[in-house]
Amino acid sequence: MSVVQNIGGTGTPGGAEFVPCWSCKGPVASRALFCHTCGAIQAPGSTDHFTRLGIERSFDVDDDKLEKQYLGFQRVLHPDRFAGKPAKERAMAEAQAVALNEAYATLDDPLKRATYLLRLKGVLSEAAADKTVNDPALLMEAMEKREALAEAESADAIEKLTVEAAGDAIQLLSDISKAFASDDLTAANRATLRLKYLRKFLEEARLRRAALED
Amino acid sequence: MLLQIHEPGETPEPHALERKQAIGIDLGTTNSVVAMVTGEHPEVLRDATGDGLVPSVVSYAYDEPAVGRQALSDLAEYPDFVISSIKRLMGRGAQDVKRLAGALPYEIAPQEEGKSGMVRLKVGDQILTPVEISADILKALKTRAEISLGHKVEKAVITVPAYFDDAARTATKDAARLAGLEVLRLVNEPTAAALAYGLDSAAEGIYAVYDLGGGTFDISLLKLQKGVFQVLATGGDAQLGGDDFDHALADWAMRRTGIQGLTSGEAKILLQAARAAKERLTTASGAELKAKVAGHDVRQSIDRGTFEVLIEPLIGRTLRACRQVLEDAKLTAADVKGVVLVGGSTRVPLVRAFVADFFKQQPLADINPDEVVAVGAALQAKALTQGSDTLLLDVIPLSLGIETMGGIVEKVIDRNTAIPVTKAQDFTTYQDGQTGMLIHVVQGERETVDACRSLGRFELKGIPPMVAGAARIRVTYAVDADGLLTVSAEEKTTGVKSEIAVKPSYGLSDDEMADMLRDSLTFAREDMEKRLLLEARVEAERVLLALNAALKADGALLTLAERNEIERVAQKVRDAIAGEDRDRVHNAMEELDRATHAFAQKRMDRAIQGALKGQRLDEVEAGMAPDTPN
Repeated sequence: MSVVQNIGGTGTPGGAEFVPCWSCKGPVASRALFCHTCGAIQAPGSTDHFTRLGIERSFDVDDDKLEKQYLGFQRVLHPDRFAGKPAKERAMAEAQAVALNEAYATLDDPLKRATYLLRLKGVLSEAAADKTVNDPALLMEAMEKREALAEAESADAIEKLTVEAAGDAIQLLSDISKAFASDDLTAANRATLRLKYLRKFLEEARLRRAALED
Repeated sequence: MLLQIHEPGETPEPHALERKQAIGIDLGTTNSVVAMVTGEHPEVLRDATGDGLVPSVVSYAYDEPAVGRQALSDLAEYPDFVISSIKRLMGRGAQDVKRLAGALPYEIAPQEEGKSGMVRLKVGDQILTPVEISADILKALKTRAEISLGHKVEKAVITVPAYFDDAARTATKDAARLAGLEVLRLVNEPTAAALAYGLDSAAEGIYAVYDLGGGTFDISLLKLQKGVFQVLATGGDAQLGGDDFDHALADWAMRRTGIQGLTSGEAKILLQAARAAKERLTTASGAELKAKVAGHDVRQSIDRGTFEVLIEPLIGRTLRACRQVLEDAKLTAADVKGVVLVGGSTRVPLVRAFVADFFKQQPLADINPDEVVAVGAALQAKALTQGSDTLLLDVIPLSLGIETMGGIVEKVIDRNTAIPVTKAQDFTTYQDGQTGMLIHVVQGERETVDACRSLGRFELKGIPPMVAGAARIRVTYAVDADGLLTVSAEEKTTGVKSEIAVKPSYGLSDDEMADMLRDSLTFAREDMEKRLLLEARVEAERVLLALNAALKADGALLTLAERNEIERVAQKVRDAIAGEDRDRVHNAMEELDRATHAFAQKRMDRAIQGALKGQRLDEVEAGMAPDTPN
């Protein structure tokens, strides 16, 4: 990743940050995809996933718009577009495609999106994201559900638990959306963690059901 | 575009056409096909009799290896010198070879000390790897294309089963290199088939590609829209195909006749006879399996119903994989707009019936299922060499993981993740003073190392002694657009690094590859030198184009003398490009880099001053800023 030179910081909101173009050595905006002088594709640079895909930073993402933006950028930046080009250009295109894939994978999934947004807003630190929670109500609920799953002996019983959990998961998405909209990050964090547990539970239920069927 | 930098009267690139043209190759288990787009339409390159299929069979009975029908006709007389279905052994170890009632249809050479675990076959008095045998098939396809086109062919798109693991993909790429072909891209077979169908019919929506070949099964779900072919999920079985139908039939015949103890040559003959019977059963209600093996004259009548009972469990396995990909993509059969059949084994009526029943619709087979993959490869070859509006976005078929304490696999990249992709995870030491860490890379869905496939191991050395848990080792997995993995590891507190392109446990070592390349007649040292020269020229041409653009934009920053000096050195680079000396190109490039250093500095300085005055560069580049794709 290239080093960003930040200059004239105070007077230029939005940032007149630029780096030397790797190909023609001239100045190029750090966010530019192509050099305006020589046209060479640039390294992806560090930016958040929303900016990278050109969509508004919000939990409420229009799926069609997100997909359209992702495919639009891939059409232009994918390494297949640079197949006959020198190795350095191909490497840049590959790095761009990697960054786009990561951004899309993160924003396309509501749980990953919520977690990422909480991280951007400073609620979740990198280290804290995967640690256990001290939300007794949530832990109790998770334990009860697991017990119910362990006791479920038939496919029907598992199906019933699955439908219930899937319904809760849908409700949570709307809770998370509301929490972000009113900037209640504590509530958003809580609901996101609950969704994470529910997802894990649903996966366990799926595996148990598959085991029953075999 | 590359030509514009040549001065008038200078000779342009003498092989421009060859540089631009690339072929598409379907390197199949049973048959291989080569195709190419000439003009507008993709065309399968055929022999004099109009046959597009080249049996993937190699005979080493004579001085020169023979490939295709010729090799097939040697089978009866010299079974020990004829190799078929070699694709099943790509990137595999000796223990992976499938037996027919205890007999191997190959003679396995003993493992040699110091060589990798890739299986080696004894063919007559030679020891050959699957990579070399596949290279012979690729050479034959390359020759077919060269005869048909009347000039040399050096670039290709080669298809591989979507479910091929990293070892098998690497082996395929190695084989191409050995055959003197530069692989522009490894494309997954179902994706290539979808490309051929989608472009043909301008289809939009979600399509399933059911690809049952000779030795491999793939199922892929793709979303087609406006020229983008996006793979949503892929699954399959790299060891399941029409060959297994043959095995089922041959096993049945052996049980019925009580024959035992076949030699590997006899096993080949019996399998061939089973295949012939299977093919007859596609259209006929009954067939006879005839072969002379182990001193017996085997003649067994079989009706289609019996055959279907034998293969039903195998087809059942394909449907399980279909269910899994639908689940992975969070879709149901009802979401699928069309099902495309690919691979010769989809001619079996029971396969078609099961697929139709599963997806609740009649599958499409209007493009020849044996040729559709090569046609798609040819289309992608054209897209990569001449540009195109279509785009293939693929995924990795199997999760990639790392071994952790107790033989447990920690997944680093989940299956069906879009490629190219890079993911990093941090690990730590578990003993005080530990200075090395063994990194074991595995591929598969199971939780224990034993149940996954080992791709390779390497060691990060030189970690400074610390207490257990203090080191922070970042392991990075990078999968490129070909689906090939590179793993690197770095101790973050000290910056100690180690990197490997994963040379699979069942792949070839770099030394072995170098030996083979030396021995290979089609890829002599001159070829290597020529390729390096070509690469140097391409890079030098890029630098000149970039310099021209910079001069046009900011030339006013230079005095006449400075400009003349840059022009003088640029001319030296142009002269070097026209010559044949790679070192001269490199030296001239280095000189140009020095000569333009001050110019680059001036351009950066001016931009800094401009920015300080409040001009915003990103306004200048609004058209390219990342919120307006197209």
